[in-house]
Amino acid sequence: MKWFDYSAPRTLDEALDTYASHPHARLLAGGTDLLVQMRAGRKETDLVIDTKRIPELNELHCNGALTLGAAVPCCRIYEDAAVKSAFPALAAVASIIGGIQIQGRASIGGNLCNAAPSADSIPLLIALGATARIVYKGGERSVPVEDFCTAPGQNILQPGELLVSIQIPKPEPHSGSHYLRFIPRNEMDIAVAGAGVAVTLNGGTITAARIALASVAPTPLFVKAAGDALVGQPATEESVNKAALLAKDAAKPISDMRGTADYRRHLCAVLTRRALRAAIVQAQEA
Amino acid sequence: MQNKVQVHTTINGEEVDFLCEPRQSLLECLRDNLNQTGTKEGCNDGNCGACTVNLDGRIVTSCLVLGVEAEGRQITTIEGIAKGNQLHPLQRAFLEEAALQCGICTPGFIVAAKALLDHEPNPSEDRIRWWLANNLCRCTGYDKIIRAVQKAAAVLQEAKA
Repeated sequence: MKWFDYSAPRTLDEALDTYASHPHARLLAGGTDLLVQMRAGRKETDLVIDTKRIPELNELHCNGALTLGAAVPCCRIYEDAAVKSAFPALAAVASIIGGIQIQGRASIGGNLCNAAPSADSIPLLIALGATARIVYKGGERSVPVEDFCTAPGQNILQPGELLVSIQIPKPEPHSGSHYLRFIPRNEMDIAVAGAGVAVTLNGGTITAARIALASVAPTPLFVKAAGDALVGQPATEESVNKAALLAKDAAKPISDMRGTADYRRHLCAVLTRRALRAAIVQAQEA
Repeated sequence: MQNKVQVHTTINGEEVDFLCEPRQSLLECLRDNLNQTGTKEGCNDGNCGACTVNLDGRIVTSCLVLGVEAEGRQITTIEGIAKGNQLHPLQRAFLEEAALQCGICTPGFIVAAKALLDHEPNPSEDRIRWWLANNLCRCTGYDKIIRAVQKAAAVLQEAKA
């Protein structure tokens, strides 16, 4: 790696000051993407700002709604009883990103900022209606997660802006969510395609639904039409199939070493269907 | 600026100060700056697990940790697993079950497996395989490694009883 300096601010203000005076700095959380990319020469900087000692970025607080600090490692998410109970799908997603060693370091905030089309956590965050809390010197803004990624590896953060946390609203009663991906092995792999869904039921009727896909577009893909088509419909196999086909139609995949575009489109329907079934069961039991 | 940084940390129970460049990984600091070469470099991008160390009670791939991040932390490497000349039951089981051939992956497997047994003394085979998914071995086909971990778990359980 090329030479860089290192700063580990203890407060958010200190971090923002440092970042404002070094707009080309790189922010480090778990480092499981950044250090790999810097070593490969794909990213360069003269300053790395380690965000792990900033209290706001380490906050994990669940009181129905969830505040997920941007540097909280995956292991803390699936070890937290309150999170596991309120957001089981999020705990599950945190346990399939990389292996145990990666989960001890990698954060969901980092997964979001890295903006990979294949990021496992992002479709679920979108389905759950999560927002990104972004802070800069002198202000802050909040952005829906579906608007955060702009291209492969690119996001809306401007120099000097820092992702502090991800906010997930409290799910309505009788809600369920699920993320499913397809990988050719059991673990430690990148999604060929993935589907994150969330549904809310009132009796046998779906009253709200959100669906998002991984690895089938330049960014994680929010398929609003597929979720909207479920609203007011009975929670039946027929409704689920209809939404799954809408998700498939919305996918814009490429062919690469992981799979062909056709195969990925096929997977979108299968994964959306299966994820919806699981989310509906969860909502019925909630 | 290009100044080296002094890092104060604890490695295998001993307080250590070392000087490093911020760009050096913890793996490089251990091997090149501190001459603790038990921790191995494999892929150097977090996939193979050969460089696994324990950092504040959690296993991490030390190639994806900066040496400067070790400031004030507790690190256990493969050098800290045996007690003097007394091998840890995991080390003994790896030998007895022939759970290694070339040996490059072994320190990582043992540090990772120890973290599992420290928290879950009686893991299922599935759990062991899942836990060790971030450690690659190109020689053994894994079965012997899994058997060694199971044997060590049994030995540790017996010692407690």
